[in-house]
Amino acid sequence: MTPRAERSTAAAGSSGWLDRHFKYLLLYPAIVLLLLIGLFPVLYSLMVSFQNLTMLKQDYGFQGLLNYERLINTDRFWWAILHTGVLTAIALPLELVFGLAMARLFVKDIRGKRLFLALLVLPAVLPPIVAGGIWRMLLDVSFGPINQIIGWLSGGVPASINWLIDPFYVYPTILLTEVWEWTPFMFLILLAALSNVDPSQEEAAEIDGAGPWTIFVRITLPAIWPVMIVALLIRGLDLVRTFDIVWALTKGGPGTLTETISVYMYTMGFQRFATSYTGAMAFVIIIVLSLAVMVLLRRVEIAR
Amino acid sequence: MRGRGGGLRFIGALALLVVFLFPLFWILTVAFKNPEDIFVTPPVWLPSTLNFQDFALIFSEGYYRAILNSLIVATGATIIAMVFGTTAAYSIARHRTGGETLANWILSWRMLPPIAVVFPIFLVFSVVELRDSYFGLILLNGAFNIPYVVWMMRGYIEDVPIELEESALVDGCSRWQTLYRVVLPMARTGLFATAVFTFIFAWNEYAFALVLTETEVITVPVQIAKFMGREATYFSRIAALSLLALIPVFLAVVTMQRYLVRGISLGAIKG
Repeated sequence: MTPRAERSTAAAGSSGWLDRHFKYLLLYPAIVLLLLIGLFPVLYSLMVSFQNLTMLKQDYGFQGLLNYERLINTDRFWWAILHTGVLTAIALPLELVFGLAMARLFVKDIRGKRLFLALLVLPAVLPPIVAGGIWRMLLDVSFGPINQIIGWLSGGVPASINWLIDPFYVYPTILLTEVWEWTPFMFLILLAALSNVDPSQEEAAEIDGAGPWTIFVRITLPAIWPVMIVALLIRGLDLVRTFDIVWALTKGGPGTLTETISVYMYTMGFQRFATSYTGAMAFVIIIVLSLAVMVLLRRVEIAR
Repeated sequence: MRGRGGGLRFIGALALLVVFLFPLFWILTVAFKNPEDIFVTPPVWLPSTLNFQDFALIFSEGYYRAILNSLIVATGATIIAMVFGTTAAYSIARHRTGGETLANWILSWRMLPPIAVVFPIFLVFSVVELRDSYFGLILLNGAFNIPYVVWMMRGYIEDVPIELEESALVDGCSRWQTLYRVVLPMARTGLFATAVFTFIFAWNEYAFALVLTETEVITVPVQIAKFMGREATYFSRIAALSLLALIPVFLAVVTMQRYLVRGISLGAIKG
């Protein structure tokens, strides 16, 4: 379509400087802003990562790969990656399955559908840090209603689960909050995708005697596939950089048991002021994630 | 098909609503509870008397300013992201500037961990004195939402029939006039929906605000996090401020409701 549009310009005969550089004038401000805010930090992180700036000393001399060696040799860094990976690997499928189930429910006509949707979207428009704060109240060991409800369900035995401190329960706590906040987001996207699936195809398959599972896998799933992939990509990337919810709930504790990469980076950069070390970590994380995203995006394109 | 299982589905939907809204119900009650009703075991579900002290406190102690700050920052960031993002999206959608590689490159910025980025930004902002300033926070949030706007608006712009643009050009409109008078009005649904989501993203942003604000431009998420201190957690203040801060976003959601579903998904479909 570009050549056509190009030709129309020629026909219109407008050829001012502004018009000739139209497409670049539109694009460059955004690129400049992105580079200013995005590229600069990357380069800066790279620079300080070769120096040795800590809370105690300001050594600007070239240190080679000192900070990268430190990073690789720090167990806490690898644990943080593992924690982040575990959270992502569990939360993402849960949000997908729940979101899909809810979308299947709401894709049919339901009385008061619009009101339901407006209310169900509320968790997703709440700041994640606030969601964390709310769940802290709900899960409070003595003043929270969750332990109370568990007590009722287990026959009146009062429960005193330390959701935010007990190593056994901290991950379920974070996952619960995460899934509560973001399932509605997944649900809305998948609902839109499901609404666009042609029902006649599903009905035809049903007449041909296909079971509900076969219909879902063979017809519905391929139809919503592209949307689902993008939704998973967006949510997956958000999970990989999770900070707010974990910070609000556990601050990475108990100890460092729930420390994600972002939490670890924040602790090292802004509480320990290990500038060079944090720079090295930021640089590694940014590069690895950029490559991962580029590869994923290419995959998604091919998949279509 | 219709009718069969309709009642069952309605009950299922109600159950979901209860599960998802229970936490919000809880903060609603906490906001109006007396301390004796909050710090009691077993918990009581409804306030014994209505207590407006925490709402009063939010105004008397100036915490409400966090809401104003958030409004200013989120609005400013939305304007920046929409203006730069939409024009870039138009260039990419219609002129294929930079091709698919550029589009992917722009999207890949969305995955930058804010914590990784904000560290050097913090140091620069200290030097150029943009820390704790509206402008600094607006610029940062605006720039960070550009990738989202570009990807959404690209889809919406591709939806506008190109014939309309061609005939506008033939009729003697400049390219700029075509953009303002034809494309943007045609894509206004998408513009609104994208703007609402950008606003919500900027409204919810915590990491940048945590690092870059001290006293002047504290936003709602930062203020609420301050209520969760190491020594004491002010449950009722968290609840009251959260509810007040939910009002603007909820209004945005309700007014834009019919565009919302389309809003999140269309960019994805077109992507």
